[in-house]
Amino acid sequence: MAGSVRWSAGPLDRAQIRALGLVAPLLLFIGVTFIAPLGTMLMRSVHDPVVADALPETLAQLKSWDGEGLPPEAAYAALARELRRAAAARTLGQMAGRVNRVQVGLRSVVTRTARELREVEQGPWRTQMAAVDSAWADPATWYAIQVTGERFTARHYLNAVDLQQLADGSVAAQAEERRIYVRLFLRTLAVSGLITLLCLLLGYPVAHLIANSSPRRASLLLILVLVPFWTSLLVRTTAWIVLLQSQGVLNDLMVSLGLINDSGRLAMVYNMTGTIVAMTHVLLPFMVLPLYSVMRGIPATHMNAAASLGATPLRAFWRVYWPQSLPGVGAGALLVFILAIGYYITPALVGGSSGQLISNMIAYHMQTSLNWGLAAALGGVLLAGVLILYWLYDRLVGVERMGLG
Amino acid sequence: MIMRIAQSGLGRIGYLAFCTIVFVFLVAPIIVIIPLSFNAEPYFTFTEGMLRLDPDAWSLRWYREIIANEVWMRSLINSLFIGASATLLATVLGTLAALGLANSTIPARRLIMGIIISPMVTPVIIAAAGMFFFYSALGMGQTHLGLILAHSVLGVPFVVVTVTATLSAYDVNLTNAAASLGAGPWTTFRRVQFPLIAPGIISGALFAFAVSFDEVVVVLFMGGVDQRTIPRQMWSGIREQISPAILAVATFLIVFAVLLLLTVGWLRRRSES
Amino acid sequence: MNDRQTTAVITVLIALCAAGCGSDEPDSITAVSWGGSYGRAVQEGVNVPFTESTGIRVDVEDYNGGLAQIRAQVDIGDIHWDVVDLEISDAVRGCDEGLLERIDVNALEPGPDGTPAAEDFLTGSQVGCGVSTLFWSTVYAYNENNIPGARPTTMADFFDLNAFPGRRGMRRVPQVNLEFALIADGVPLDQVYAQLDTPEGLDRAFAKLETIKDEVIWWEAGAQPPQMLADGEVIMTTAYNGRIFNAQVLEDQPFVIVWDGQLLDVGQIAIVAGTPRLEEAMRYVTFASMAESMARIGRRISYSPVRKSGMPLVTTHVTAGVDMEPHMPASPANAARALRYDWSWWVDHQDAMNERFSAWLAR
Repeated sequence: MAGSVRWSAGPLDRAQIRALGLVAPLLLFIGVTFIAPLGTMLMRSVHDPVVADALPETLAQLKSWDGEGLPPEAAYAALARELRRAAAARTLGQMAGRVNRVQVGLRSVVTRTARELREVEQGPWRTQMAAVDSAWADPATWYAIQVTGERFTARHYLNAVDLQQLADGSVAAQAEERRIYVRLFLRTLAVSGLITLLCLLLGYPVAHLIANSSPRRASLLLILVLVPFWTSLLVRTTAWIVLLQSQGVLNDLMVSLGLINDSGRLAMVYNMTGTIVAMTHVLLPFMVLPLYSVMRGIPATHMNAAASLGATPLRAFWRVYWPQSLPGVGAGALLVFILAIGYYITPALVGGSSGQLISNMIAYHMQTSLNWGLAAALGGVLLAGVLILYWLYDRLVGVERMGLG
Repeated sequence: MIMRIAQSGLGRIGYLAFCTIVFVFLVAPIIVIIPLSFNAEPYFTFTEGMLRLDPDAWSLRWYREIIANEVWMRSLINSLFIGASATLLATVLGTLAALGLANSTIPARRLIMGIIISPMVTPVIIAAAGMFFFYSALGMGQTHLGLILAHSVLGVPFVVVTVTATLSAYDVNLTNAAASLGAGPWTTFRRVQFPLIAPGIISGALFAFAVSFDEVVVVLFMGGVDQRTIPRQMWSGIREQISPAILAVATFLIVFAVLLLLTVGWLRRRSES
Repeated sequence: MNDRQTTAVITVLIALCAAGCGSDEPDSITAVSWGGSYGRAVQEGVNVPFTESTGIRVDVEDYNGGLAQIRAQVDIGDIHWDVVDLEISDAVRGCDEGLLERIDVNALEPGPDGTPAAEDFLTGSQVGCGVSTLFWSTVYAYNENNIPGARPTTMADFFDLNAFPGRRGMRRVPQVNLEFALIADGVPLDQVYAQLDTPEGLDRAFAKLETIKDEVIWWEAGAQPPQMLADGEVIMTTAYNGRIFNAQVLEDQPFVIVWDGQLLDVGQIAIVAGTPRLEEAMRYVTFASMAESMARIGRRISYSPVRKSGMPLVTTHVTAGVDMEPHMPASPANAARALRYDWSWWVDHQDAMNERFSAWLAR
């Protein structure tokens, strides 16, 4: 530090180098433990070598296939050989799983064929394989193998926005019953928007009250905001289940007050209502805290001045107070929105089947369907959205002021 | 405005009533859990006996159950161990970086800050998915080390933000004075700067610990039987069988959160005064 | 932080690590099962005696069926599960895909009377890579307290929202639900799978499910249905019969199982291919597939042994003392209106049905 006392050009560089040296370990750490994992995941959205590695000869045979009619006998022979090899090397399941994603049902066709061909030594392969399953007499099956054999593909991204590439290379909409992701993205955006709005409606007056209270009372009220903020997310989610379920505290209360009768208990959890209520509760502090820190800086004299000039309270608020609180509104709203569109835990626990958001679909493809390429592509789209909002936040608010109690 | 609304009476009452409702909305769900954890019956609502304050309807049964349960106790140890290790790592790296970032002339400051904060805004599900692939490939799937690294990086933005905020209030002249008295940079840091920013560092560390202690998504993707943590146990408890034992754990976590909150508040007041 | 404090922190961390890090000792395996009261029965009936007799520790992990976690581990090459308790259709699929080790039935222990294992297992129960252990059923059940008037008695009643309004619980998978839907829609038991084989039959099943979709709460873990019945969250729910039985006898819950159109299935245990603990896993499977082990489970939850020599060993419930036979899914009275689960149909159609079912749910 000795050198930085004088603010001349030379020593300043040393201070900068020193500063960078202090930051470098963390950047390296984030690079390895966070950015690299994100990178590998995004890589999976465009790159998948499993089929290409398992069926090199078959894919070479298919190169000359025109896509019309069935491929030559040599392709069948190569596939029969490579299926057996894959079964022995235990990579058959992975390969079959990939093909199955393009043409549902092929996983069992492939595994069954490999099982039946175990004892078969001689061709003709085409007739024998078609005898095992008629799928082998269908060009669509071969197309599925060809497509999944590409090491690099945009297929998953097309899938993530409900498009598909047809055999002739053109891009078309998915079949009606498989068109779910665009709708889910839109639903996620709409729900996040609604939650942001609810948080703003509930949070604005509260932040105003805290900002205009005496310091003692303000710190007491702040604790009421901070207790939920610090309380485990799982605890808060449990709390909402306990409150909202049909034999839960709220329904019991309403029944005993005679507001509803026992058979008319309201379904407030395991559906979208549950998701919205619980998420609003979870995210509300993220709205109140930035609002509060901006409102604290708005001098009360401005409002008084407006009032003394004869403005009605509503008009004075709208013309004087609201514009000055806008930075807080922007910061809070963006933060809540960013957090909401990536939310997973709360919808998974209280959302039932109708209250699921895009993150839950990513988790589904990660853990259940194991369509990792699609999960990665959906994650890539979501990540891009978040990064745009994050960039916007940085422009408008500055990431350093990411509000926390 | 307060005055004017006060004059208009009704508006003031409405405003206060609305705020009260919001405060109830914020806190009541959490408070409701506490008495229910003393339920003698395996239900989540107040039994008639509880409402009559019949002592037989209240019991410590669920607390005894979790204390006697080896799985819960092991997950507590796991949570503490992973949390403490991740906190240590995040605090050291985060504090160093914050000290570097205190230099306002550091090149590409905005970009660096953007990278450091990014783990906080990236949807955890995406991070967890990426980490699952990456750490498994390195043989760190289902290990404590993998989870510690993951939790450190999720907690580090909180450390950087908190320490940076404390440092911005720090008077550079103090460093200069110490330097002019002949103290080396390390001595200056230890004797002058550190004691002043220590509350910020500890707050940051508590934040980082809270992040790890509450994290479940990464644990779901990367943790195995040996890495079950408290939130992981709660997750399966909620999904599969909510017994009031979960409410007992939740009560413990609420008390823990309030203690953390009070400590951080106390530290902040100390560093501000 | 001074040096002494630093040392103290590091010491504490090391101490915690000693307590928490001890993973992957050679003498332990991870056995994956279905949790809840069944998990407890397996723990008491198999895992604890196994550790006592071999010294190998058993770590238990719960799951809710399917092959996803096994596929993920094999695919990524990082295997942590050793033995898994599977639905039979999953066991056969996993076998075909190379996810499971092949277990030779002749390597298993003979029955207590000396009958070789191959003859002791009921015919037709040994398929694929795994070893069949227990009969179980997916039934539907209700809570007497929550249905005051006429009681449901048939599968059609489960789908009848007019006669029995209220929410229902169903497992969040296509299997079993499609069969139930067709049975409720009037398809005779012996034609259910023939119907499912046709596109019209499938549409019919989904259409029937659609009629109650808005009233269904989907469960995943077997422990959820009894919980939902006890809480009154649903008025009736599909469930594994053993879970309902345990709630009846151990928690005195007024639950009633409707033995009509239920699915009778066999469970298997199998070894994950490529596990580094193959030898220990094989010892576990051998132990768990002994007639005595099956019977110990059967005396704790109402799932009956697949080995002929195991059946007479199941007498009464180990703590409640009730006779187990009237509660067993394979007992003649209960099985009279049962549909035998056709695993081979599901081996071929599981993927397509999963896809269709999850798209249907998301809509």
